Amino acid sequence: MEWLANLFGSYWPGVELTGWTLIKIVAIVAPLMGAIAYLTLAERKVIGYMQVRIGPNRVGYFGLLQPLADGVKLLFKEVILPTAANKGLFLLGPVLAIAPAFAAWAVVPFDMNMVLADIDAGLLYILAMTSVAVYGVIIAGWASNSKYAFLGAMRSAAQIVSYEIAMGFALVGVLMCANSLNLGKIVMGQSGGLLHWYFLPLFPLFIVYFISAVAETNRAPFDVAEGESEIVAGFHVEYSGMAFAVFFLAEYANMILVSILAALMFLGGWLSPVTFIPDSFLWLLAKVGFLLFLFLWFRATFPRYRYDQIMRLGWKVFIPITIVWIVFVGGMMQTPWAYLFH
Amino acid sequence: MIKSIKQTLGSLMLWELLKGMALTGRYFFAPKITVQYPEENTPQSNRFRGLHALRRYPNGEERCIACKLCEAVCPAMAITIESEQREDNTRRTTRYDIDLTKCIFCGMCEESCPVDSIVETRVFDYHGEQRGDLIYTKEMLLAVGDKHEKQIAADRAQDKQFR
Repeated sequence: MEWLANLFGSYWPGVELTGWTLIKIVAIVAPLMGAIAYLTLAERKVIGYMQVRIGPNRVGYFGLLQPLADGVKLLFKEVILPTAANKGLFLLGPVLAIAPAFAAWAVVPFDMNMVLADIDAGLLYILAMTSVAVYGVIIAGWASNSKYAFLGAMRSAAQIVSYEIAMGFALVGVLMCANSLNLGKIVMGQSGGLLHWYFLPLFPLFIVYFISAVAETNRAPFDVAEGESEIVAGFHVEYSGMAFAVFFLAEYANMILVSILAALMFLGGWLSPVTFIPDSFLWLLAKVGFLLFLFLWFRATFPRYRYDQIMRLGWKVFIPITIVWIVFVGGMMQTPWAYLFH
Repeated sequence: MIKSIKQTLGSLMLWELLKGMALTGRYFFAPKITVQYPEENTPQSNRFRGLHALRRYPNGEERCIACKLCEAVCPAMAITIESEQREDNTRRTTRYDIDLTKCIFCGMCEESCPVDSIVETRVFDYHGEQRGDLIYTKEMLLAVGDKHEKQIAADRAQDKQFR
């Protein structure tokens, strides 16, 4: 350490800060990549079990090396650039899809003081970052120069944009209760056990948020971005090899992100449900795990929505419900029962 | 009016969706029906029609008398037979080819055989790696018969009372 400080001289404080930040970023992204890899395995296992099958169990004990095998296979496959595609944009698409899904983790608190960037407008930052992801979809669909990719991109872009509104409104309810945009403060606002978590006073918003989250991540039953019978694989038809895998990594990263956000904002984050058990990062893991299991459970259960039904649900059901409930919460806060909503 | 209100409320409560999830949730814990193929197999009938075989009599003499009924009856025309007279004045095949890429495994060759020579065994997991590997010659078919004779005889004995 000493000789390093001497080497950089007066630049040392800046270098030290950058170094530590980089180490923290790796400490967040590396486990996240592992979680994504094993989420794909968990998905195949859970759906298999619900369909009375076993799921992958050949590569490694209980199929535990399957994600590695899949990753290696995709790495060795050729990335085909269609002749008619716009090369630069074609390669930018997957990057724009995955970068925001990772960047949003900068403000996610894992425990009391375990957060990379403790900024006051954390929630706003996350909403901004997740909105950028839709550009990845649009650019990928556009740059492929294929009608299926283009139609798929239009579809999923329209879907993501519509549900973002309902999702944003649902989060407005949370910040009304917490009086803060800082994720750590939102969690601390829910301290005091299970009955103080925001999912109780904001129950309709929690449901709307979670269903919108499923739609945002293009997961079943809202997975109309893909459709073998009409638009093949949607916006990523023309992608192959690792470029294709990156879209899937982004999808799973987004699933984990929206689950951890739901856990932080409605289910008390790292707080313990009962006061006599200490708060811990493990609580957050358990809550996120449960929400992710719900994602897989949905996929194993529900048939997919028709496209116009998706739009109807987003605009004519979810947005009115959220607006009504926000007004209701706002009204209640002016009454003697306001303590129920804080 | 009341019905539509009830329906709207019902769908808002997500009741039917929860019922669906309860169903898949129950199946999550149900015993799995997957058969782990190379280690486990599904039960087979004694009438299973798999890879063909040519049988021999217990004294080692091949059963086939080159009557060519199987060649005639084969709907896929997968069987090719050539024959000649041996020194002991019996007629035997010099060539007995089954093109397994043409064969539809209907079992009519076996039905037509007057001496129970051509049979279909329980073997279903065979493969060829080159073009022509699946055209089985007389020697190959006899070898299959020699290898599985015990099983073939047992299956035929079990089925005898129904014939």
